[in-house]
Amino acid sequence: MIHVSLTHYLVVSAFLFSFGLYGVVTRKNAVMVLMGIELILNSANINFVAFSKFGNYGLNGQIMALFVIILAAAEAAIALAIVLNIYKTFAHVDVDKINNLKE
Amino acid sequence: MSLYDVIFYLFALVTLVSAFMVVTTKNIVHAAFYLLFTFFGVAGIYALLGADFIAVVQLMVYVGGILVLILFGVMLTNKITNVQIRSGSTNLVAAAVVIGIFAGALLTMMLNTRWLVNPGKTLITTIPQIGSLLVKQYVLIFELLGILLLIALVGAASIARKEEREK
Amino acid sequence: MSDITLVNLSLIILLLPIFGFTILIFFGKRFPKLYLLETTFLGIAFVLAAIIGFVKLGTLTEHTIIFQFTWIDFGKLPLFGHLKFILGVKIDNLTAIMLLVVTLISFLVHVYSIGYMHGDKRFSRYYAYLGLFSFSMLGIVLTHNLLTLYIFWELVGLSSYLLIGFWFEKKSAADAGKKAFLVNRVGDIGMFLGILILFTNYHTFTYDSIFAAIGAGHLPFNSPAWLTAAGILLFMGAVGKSAQFPLHVWLPDAMEGPTPVSALIHAATMVAAGVYMVARIFPMLTADALLVIALVGGFTSFLAATIAITQNDIKKVLAYSTISQLGYMVMALGVGSYAYGFFHLVTHAWFKALLFLGSGSVIQAMHHEQDIRQMGGLRKKMPITYYTFLVATLAISGVPFFSGFLSKDGLLLGTYAFGSLTGHILIPIFGFTVVVLTAFYMFRLVIITFHGEPRNQEKYDHAKESPKVMTIPLIVLAVLSFFFWYSPNPFSSESGWFISKWIPTPHSVVPENMRFNFMKTAGEAAGHVQNGGEAIVHSPMYMEALHHAHYPAMILSILLAALGIFLAYWIYQWKKVDPDMLADRFNWLYKFSLNKWYFDELYHATFVAGTVGLGKVLAWFDSNIVDGVVNGAAWVTRKVSQFSGAFDHYVVDGLVNFSAFASGFLGLVLKKFQTGKVQTYVVFVVFSVLILLLIFRPF
Repeated sequence: MIHVSLTHYLVVSAFLFSFGLYGVVTRKNAVMVLMGIELILNSANINFVAFSKFGNYGLNGQIMALFVIILAAAEAAIALAIVLNIYKTFAHVDVDKINNLKE
Repeated sequence: MSLYDVIFYLFALVTLVSAFMVVTTKNIVHAAFYLLFTFFGVAGIYALLGADFIAVVQLMVYVGGILVLILFGVMLTNKITNVQIRSGSTNLVAAAVVIGIFAGALLTMMLNTRWLVNPGKTLITTIPQIGSLLVKQYVLIFELLGILLLIALVGAASIARKEEREK
Repeated sequence: MSDITLVNLSLIILLLPIFGFTILIFFGKRFPKLYLLETTFLGIAFVLAAIIGFVKLGTLTEHTIIFQFTWIDFGKLPLFGHLKFILGVKIDNLTAIMLLVVTLISFLVHVYSIGYMHGDKRFSRYYAYLGLFSFSMLGIVLTHNLLTLYIFWELVGLSSYLLIGFWFEKKSAADAGKKAFLVNRVGDIGMFLGILILFTNYHTFTYDSIFAAIGAGHLPFNSPAWLTAAGILLFMGAVGKSAQFPLHVWLPDAMEGPTPVSALIHAATMVAAGVYMVARIFPMLTADALLVIALVGGFTSFLAATIAITQNDIKKVLAYSTISQLGYMVMALGVGSYAYGFFHLVTHAWFKALLFLGSGSVIQAMHHEQDIRQMGGLRKKMPITYYTFLVATLAISGVPFFSGFLSKDGLLLGTYAFGSLTGHILIPIFGFTVVVLTAFYMFRLVIITFHGEPRNQEKYDHAKESPKVMTIPLIVLAVLSFFFWYSPNPFSSESGWFISKWIPTPHSVVPENMRFNFMKTAGEAAGHVQNGGEAIVHSPMYMEALHHAHYPAMILSILLAALGIFLAYWIYQWKKVDPDMLADRFNWLYKFSLNKWYFDELYHATFVAGTVGLGKVLAWFDSNIVDGVVNGAAWVTRKVSQFSGAFDHYVVDGLVNFSAFASGFLGLVLKKFQTGKVQTYVVFVVFSVLILLLIFRPF
């Protein structure tokens, strides 16, 4: 049996990314779309930390992961605020019914 | 197969299965709780990679902060009383096909690339080093992120605020 | 007591008021009794300052305590060098004395305000602002570098603005706040530039490091002129804050604020911050810079004293008197009479705060009447206020046995010696003239306000002595205005603690050829180069000049003060000469003084009107020239377009119609993709990435 290597982590992250993307594309509810985005950010973070360890880059990768987490927090707050605003305007949060961009 | 490997597979399994459930389950509240397990799994993976501080931050910020925010979002935008906390999906087939191909391409890339592997020594704890990096080399980014969070705070409050009624 | 304990105590003193401010700002409305907390904090701060003062001045007299740490270290930067910010606290005798002055006056004003501001609807906020001010002022006193000095400098400006405009419902108060803020800004720009010059050259904000670098022979941009420029630019900050000519116009207007605030900020402490700052940077001032400082100070003191003679608002008289006395201190520093300049700052703080608080007591008794022509005879109604006010008046007039005499005499002695050594006799002339004027206008104020018969019987009948919370601070300050606190000899302060022990004049670090001749050490005068020596500044020549001037200067100042007092009694008490007749005879002089030398009008006519005028010119230019050009261009364009319209109609339209048809067709096709749904777009993105992957094949 092969020992766990960098590739293992990368594969996990690739799957996580694909799931997240799938969630973003298919879900109707805006909050669910947000969850998909969080999955994508997590998969990117796994890559950062994994490369940081296996590529001998010191802690720089981890710092980047930390910054991504901070940004994710900010993004979640803003996105949620936008979702609430959408809810106030349309009385629902189904992204597939919100197609004002079309006009 | 060492204990390390076993733990890794366990965490990977938890992460991926719950992530899959997040994107497929109909019930939003369930999805949020599956997301909780995904975050736990990812935190475990961080810990396995020797990133103890990131793992703790992952738990504190994602589980303690973002997940709670998302649950708030669910509660505030759905009529809980109607028990209708369900959410449909669209374009299932087309999306599955495109993303399947995409995932395939991604996996091929991950597996076929010859990564430069040169593991450094694992630190017992990373916290002092991360702390000193944050206030020395990355101090500017660190400060900027602080300002960004402040802006996000104000912005979120101002976006979500109720419009004042016109007089 | 160890150094670090003293540093910790000083930091506690610094943080107590801001702590009170935070509490009051957030909870003041809910718990209206919280102002007592802030007052207690200041009381504690005063006790701690007294401990520091006792230890520092008593046992560690020769020892300067510096505590510093690196705040941010950016490392080596391209084009600049090593950039790091060091913050810290410096406690020397100057600091210890200033701590005492600031905390005690602040505490007394807090107590006094309980009576004076009683029933004000923003009572808590008033105390919060006082706390903010105390914090900022203590910061200025404690800091050991120019960076934090500048920050606290702006903070006192802000709290001053807030307190001047405290009754902002009154338009005049709001305007006065704005005026103070803007005028101060003019000075602060200079100060900022000065700091930048020093920082660009020495890469540090710390006073001692800058002095050390200058002392080692590094001049800013390798030019002596830049060193002078840096000194004068820094002094500009003091010109703004200490209300020196030509930026003195804000201080009289600042009297719109509550009277205790005038006592604390606009008489005793904040305006003295400018003097304190000049004292701090004293070692790096060149002879030219010192001369500028001395002339500005001397002229300011003369100017303000001549205005104070004719003012009828009790607070305005005191305000101009403050400007005049500040000019004295600045002049003293300028002539190298460092210790006396600072000494006068301290004595002036007590008796000027006392004068303001006393005037507040009068104003309150007269139901917010500030015109002295409505007062008179108040001596019998308000004995405590009268006698304390009289003590302060005697002190400020320079009568022996009071503190003001000691500091003023020493300061005048310095100008006298300076004049005789350098030939700039204008400076001592200003100094001695102001003695007469000061004694005259102060006694005029006392006589008109307290002596004689009441002029407004109705208000007089309602007047009564202020409550104890207001009179006790007056008594404390009056006690501090006697001589024995400062020197055992009532006629000379040379044997006093200030001059002989506490405030040694710092050694100048500027190159020898840029100093006044007399400001060299004995060694340098004899040809030895000596750097870094402490406290020996004056050459034997200077000491001799001082010695010669000693008795003439003292006798002259006593005589002149007596003359001023006598004139005031002659005119106002015994009414030998009718003041109105004098005003008629010297009509233009009287008008000139009454209208404050027309400075407000001058500034209004030049800067304000200039700005407005420039705006009008620009507006005219905009509406006539620019619009004309635009209109002309429009006419030409119209003609051209009429022609091209015809061309368009027949030739281009055909093409356009065709392309419209073509793009319409395309649009029909492309429209299918534009669903308006974000998710569809995401799929497109994924698809495009896939195509890119296919093209580049990274695997």
